[in-house]
Amino acid sequence: MPEQDPQKRSRNFEEVALGYSEEQAVSEASRCLQCKKPPCRNGCPVSIDIPAFIKEVKEKNFAQALGIIKRTNSLPAVCGRVCPQESQCEGVCVLAKKFEPVAIGRLERFVADWGRKNDFQAPTENKEDKKNKRVAVVGAGPAGLTAAAELIQKGYDVTVFEALHRPGGVLVYGIPEFRLPNEVVDFEVEGLKKLGVEFKLNQIIGRTFTLDQLKERFDAIFIGTGAGLPAFLGIPGENLNGVYSANEFLTRVNLMRADRFPEFKTPVKVGAHVIVVGGGNVAMDSARTARRLGAEVTVVYRRSRQELPARAEEAHHAEEEGIVFKFLHNPLEIEGQDGWVKRMKVQPMELGEADASGRRRPVEKDCLPEWLEVETVIIAIGTTPNPLIPSTTKGLNITKKGTVVVDQERGETSLPGVFAAGDVTTGAATVISAMGAARLAAKAIDEMLA
Amino acid sequence: MHRVIEYRHLGANQHQLVIEAPDIARAAEPGQFVIVRTEERSERIPLTIADFDKNQGTITLVILAVGFSTEQLCELRAGDHILDVAGPLGHPSELENFGTVVFVGGGVGIAPLYPQVKAFKASGNKVIVILGVRSKDLLFWEEDFKSHCDQILITSNDGSVGKKGFGTDALMEVMNSEKVDRVIAIGPAVMMRAVAEKTGKIPTVVSLNPIMVDGTGMCGACRCTAEGKTRFACVDGPEFDGHTIDWDELVSRQRMYSEEEKMVKGENKVPA
Repeated sequence: MPEQDPQKRSRNFEEVALGYSEEQAVSEASRCLQCKKPPCRNGCPVSIDIPAFIKEVKEKNFAQALGIIKRTNSLPAVCGRVCPQESQCEGVCVLAKKFEPVAIGRLERFVADWGRKNDFQAPTENKEDKKNKRVAVVGAGPAGLTAAAELIQKGYDVTVFEALHRPGGVLVYGIPEFRLPNEVVDFEVEGLKKLGVEFKLNQIIGRTFTLDQLKERFDAIFIGTGAGLPAFLGIPGENLNGVYSANEFLTRVNLMRADRFPEFKTPVKVGAHVIVVGGGNVAMDSARTARRLGAEVTVVYRRSRQELPARAEEAHHAEEEGIVFKFLHNPLEIEGQDGWVKRMKVQPMELGEADASGRRRPVEKDCLPEWLEVETVIIAIGTTPNPLIPSTTKGLNITKKGTVVVDQERGETSLPGVFAAGDVTTGAATVISAMGAARLAAKAIDEMLA
Repeated sequence: MHRVIEYRHLGANQHQLVIEAPDIARAAEPGQFVIVRTEERSERIPLTIADFDKNQGTITLVILAVGFSTEQLCELRAGDHILDVAGPLGHPSELENFGTVVFVGGGVGIAPLYPQVKAFKASGNKVIVILGVRSKDLLFWEEDFKSHCDQILITSNDGSVGKKGFGTDALMEVMNSEKVDRVIAIGPAVMMRAVAEKTGKIPTVVSLNPIMVDGTGMCGACRCTAEGKTRFACVDGPEFDGHTIDWDELVSRQRMYSEEEKMVKGENKVPA
């Protein structure tokens, strides 16, 4: 797939991957072997009928292709862009054994983008009769949007409550424009509105309404509030000016458009040297965003390249854009001057025994720490669920890690009629896994109310 | 969208807006705040709920116009609209019958004292209110307070109203003349710090006002050191034990964007 030149793109927020042309899409689609028992479909967490939609692409029936995808996936333009296809649909494509797998994600993206360019919302062919029952969806991220799409198509009245002023969750405040333009998310949300989903923004459940108050007004509740509470390192100097959580940094730029300050009024402060701490996709997004704001960026990660949790493609894009990786280093302290970040002390590490998760644990190397000059630090070491709903709702069971306890198959919580899925139940995971679990929960809600 | 019902000028650059927000008014309790975004390109700013009327479905905000965002908000008049108002946010004030409670308000911090004063009085406390202003033209709501407290003391820096001096001077006088069980201070950080330094062993509650973005606990922009730990003012506060605050850190973090704030100040107003 064509991409923007790394030199050029590291100075703008436009999409890196430019997407297939019609010819490229048709040509790629013709590589699909149309398996009788397609493994790709099982590899997809929302079980898209992949061979069927690819067949329609091959025959240039793009509207039909979109209809097939939309039967099981309400956010194809998102998933085509951000899914880790290498470990899902494309990872199990039969062609992958000997050749390149069919580029399923790129084809999905092409079909969804075709729909958006032609202002074509897929027909709601499987919309059932109105059931006159009301479901509240808490949180308008990938899980909430998926649950809302499933339930509205099954004939329920759906109201989505969102704490921020714009729906999309991590898709609009977290994942940057150069990977997923916010207008792509807006289009999907508009599609849901046209189907009849009502969106209530600026409503913080636990404060504006409690969950118990929602239970009085709705027949069922779906919680998809994600894992938005940032973790900090707990080292000296972390509250100095110039230290951001990745959530704050990305929210300022993606949601509030601080990259266009002062046209947009939210500022962001990025010095000449930025250190991003962490190795996941959020760390890559933060580093690449800081680079686009003009900084020299170093990613400090306490394990080695092999353990990097970010998608290989994201780390590769980051390197192409000039981001430096400092593997096997762990921050110990941030030192300031006049209240501002000045330098960071990092300890060289080496890999020791494997831990419970099977990854080799980083241990301090027998040598002196180093000091790195830095003006801005972005902490991207993970997030946990926001405790607001559990702390204001009696009887909702949560784990020690703060995740809501659910029945794995049905997403049912300890409270009758209340279901949950996505990061709030698993801790920070992927967009597509949240969507897959949300589909199951929506199905369980339907079974309960039918 | 939230309609502005009423606008009042409260002297100098102090302004009062009554806003239609039934869901927030219904849920609001003293001590909580809202996040406001005036229009599409505006930033999100936190403002303490200065009063609320559950029957009318309105909340009152008192705003000091100090930069672009607050000035933009203070240009709104009855009938205008605010794009986003989210809340109520933060923990409500801890409310019991403590005995004698002294409230100290400084500048526009006077306003958010009001719902607390009413609630503490209704809970059986002896309520003494100290309102500290720079000069007479900055004093507001004096009569409203009088009907909800046992005693009111006014101080002004220039002596143009009440006693010349600071709110802390009046507080010392009260502490010398009677047993005080709790002090609650809302105002600029320097003022709250001065109060906390004077109250010794008396429990002292302050309402912190750091920079916020979302106001729901997802970013940590508002983090501060309180009670010996890093806390997020938006979800763990905004009220904390005033004796445990790292005030230097709070003041430093409040100034993080002072250069940027100057850049947008005085810029052309709301784009058409």
